[in-house]
Amino acid sequence: MRAFALAIVLAALGMPSAGAVAQEFNLAIRNHKFEPQEIRVPAGKRVSIYVTNEDPTPEEFESTALKVEKVIPAKSKGLVRIGPLAPGRYEFIGDFHADTAKGVVIAE
Amino acid sequence: MFGALVIVFREVIEAGLIIGIVLAATRGISGRGHWVAAGVVLGTLGAGVVALFAEAIANAFEGSGQELLNASVLGAAVVMLMWHTVWMARHGREMAAEMAAVGAAVTAGKRPMTALVVVVGLAVLREGSEVVLFLYGILAGGASGSSLFIGGTLGLAVGAAFTALTYYGLVSIPARHIFAVTTVLIALLAAGMAAQAVQYLDAAGVINGLSRQLWDSSPWLPQDGIIGRMLHTLIGYTDRPTELQLIAYVVTLTAMAALAWLAAPTRARRAPA
Repeated sequence: MRAFALAIVLAALGMPSAGAVAQEFNLAIRNHKFEPQEIRVPAGKRVSIYVTNEDPTPEEFESTALKVEKVIPAKSKGLVRIGPLAPGRYEFIGDFHADTAKGVVIAE
Repeated sequence: MFGALVIVFREVIEAGLIIGIVLAATRGISGRGHWVAAGVVLGTLGAGVVALFAEAIANAFEGSGQELLNASVLGAAVVMLMWHTVWMARHGREMAAEMAAVGAAVTAGKRPMTALVVVVGLAVLREGSEVVLFLYGILAGGASGSSLFIGGTLGLAVGAAFTALTYYGLVSIPARHIFAVTTVLIALLAAGMAAQAVQYLDAAGVINGLSRQLWDSSPWLPQDGIIGRMLHTLIGYTDRPTELQLIAYVVTLTAMAALAWLAAPTRARRAPA
């Protein structure tokens, strides 16, 4: 816990504008596929992606590149916070249907 | 079937590495099998509950419930591992001596077995809830129950075999070194968990900042490969760590070392007057 307390203090010191408005994007999961499969986001900014799972089964939005692992239950919406990202391509998958559920975030 | 095998295997390995370390760290303690089994059973039940309430959890705290739950689970495990390390630093030597003297199992005594049960339980809970959700998804998607069952069982069997391998690898270390080795492993395990926990806090929006990526070693050792995954569980390897993750890692490792050092009884004797 000491680690977290310190980390929180350090984070607070290093962050002039905590809770700055994040730009929002939307993503749907339909038939175990992402729609759209490509999202362009601004580099160097905090970004919120709302992932709506329209399938009757749960999905896990996963990306080691984006450091995200989040279960989106069936027929529900999940918020994924990412960034700030360096310009580049960041792939993500739906871990429960990795064959079909693929997508990429492009930071520019 | 293959999908089920892979996912179950992957999650079982992650929990299995932790169980293997705990088993090795408690070698020679009578009744430790029951304690660890209790952890596995409680963790499995917990995984079912988490999976059942996945939607409610996800929607809690303005959509950050899952991240906060994960961070709490990891944080609790780190605290339990610290408690265990302190206790071992204080009593490990006498226990090793006692074990050598009687050449057999010693009683757990005041040893915080509960701490390790909690760690095992939390590891199983985290990995298990993913397995439950995944299998439920496949089943709901119309896959045949029998192929799912075969895949899942095979995955579990291979994962369990792997856990056994970890355990036997560790216990082949001579008894006089095993406390030192498992202490280091537990410290690294805790540091890795802390680094994961802060990333969940970042994802939950609790921590803002220090999220700059420090390096990218994914071309050489990808974190989603089999070796990368194992190192991720064991020592907290991350191929694209943030500043915050590195800080959490180093602080936890330092805290573990400091706690072990301060708690060691020989310190008091050696300390200058």
